[in-house]
Amino acid sequence: MTSAIQPSPSVEALRAEFGAAVLDARVSCGDTIVWVAADRSHDVLAWLKDASGQEFDYLTDVTAVDYRDPERPLEVVYQLRSLRRKADLRIKVPLEKSGALTVRSVWDLWKGADWLERETYDMFGVVFDGHPDLRRILMWDTYAEGYPLRKSFPLRGNFTRAEQTRQALAANPEAHYSMEELSIAEAYDELPEDMKQRLAKGSRGEIR
Amino acid sequence: MGLAEPTGADATELAAVSPNWLTTRLDFLVNWSRANSLWPMPFGTACCAIEFMATAAGRFDISRFGMERMSFSPRQADVLICAGRLPFKLAPIIRRIWDQMPQPKWAISMGACASTGGIFDTYAMVQGIDTIIPVDVYVPGCPPRPEGLMYGIMLLQKKIKGESIADDSLRQELLVDERGFFLPPQKIDEISEPFGNSVHQTRSA
Repeated sequence: MTSAIQPSPSVEALRAEFGAAVLDARVSCGDTIVWVAADRSHDVLAWLKDASGQEFDYLTDVTAVDYRDPERPLEVVYQLRSLRRKADLRIKVPLEKSGALTVRSVWDLWKGADWLERETYDMFGVVFDGHPDLRRILMWDTYAEGYPLRKSFPLRGNFTRAEQTRQALAANPEAHYSMEELSIAEAYDELPEDMKQRLAKGSRGEIR
Repeated sequence: MGLAEPTGADATELAAVSPNWLTTRLDFLVNWSRANSLWPMPFGTACCAIEFMATAAGRFDISRFGMERMSFSPRQADVLICAGRLPFKLAPIIRRIWDQMPQPKWAISMGACASTGGIFDTYAMVQGIDTIIPVDVYVPGCPPRPEGLMYGIMLLQKKIKGESIADDSLRQELLVDERGFFLPPQKIDEISEPFGNSVHQTRSA
């Protein structure tokens, strides 16, 4: 960051490369924030990772923001860092709450996105297209109340306490884990059907 | 023991006033040994566990109560000490640990969160572990000081010393339905009601 007031030079480079897909850019508290259209988000992030002069090789965080204003779109936030250039950039992808909350996964760019995107899916219900193993990470797999960090989600949950207690007691603690995480496969029969299919495919990709 | 077996009307009368003299003295012996050799199953989930460790360490030293042998297997434990808040994700786990502990067994709920949910009146937190397992002693505090936990332990010892081996009901797990509740669902809703500041927050159901 050369100056607290000037936006990052990446903004001009992004505008030159992607034009109208860059919706807006702003500087807040010394950090540059760039809003990017959802359909081009993967292209933009791939370019930021690989293009000469950008080289954002480290994905610090993936999260989302749900604003109290129901008109305002939910935003998926990518915090990028270039370890070599010692530069930061924040990319925000607005998703209309009336439509499908779907965005391309960046797992193929940064492997560290795996659990970050799972957490964002768990808490906000954002579906990351192309993620190899998109399932809940903090709440258990059979959690049926919704997505806790949405503004529409009441603080104490949607169900009564008795129903929450009943569902929690009915859960099988072993069934929270994938086959990779279990050394024994005893809980396989209790896993949800879609997870069984995903695991049967063995589609977690190659470890590079 | 050298006493003649009572017969006829005497036996009926004796059964009516049971526990009789012999059973009472045996109660004393059994309760004395049980109360002074409680093996705790530590279930430490949060900051209360730090105070529990302090209680176990040299300065406070729960080996004075015969409790220095922490049982990390529930199968050799007598008293479950839940030290810290319990999220719903851990509810089936503490319940399984409780079910694995052999009778006689007791439970201490240590701290505000384990006892009531405390400040965590949220979607993720059990509002008191007594909705999951039966609790004998509640220790207040956030977290309780070691003296507080020791007072709770002494209360539990007092409770154990008042028990009778002639009373089968003490060792029975009274489930209210097949879903595994110790309390009726209405009661769980009732004791989970918001209190304090949290009554000002909204709830849809």
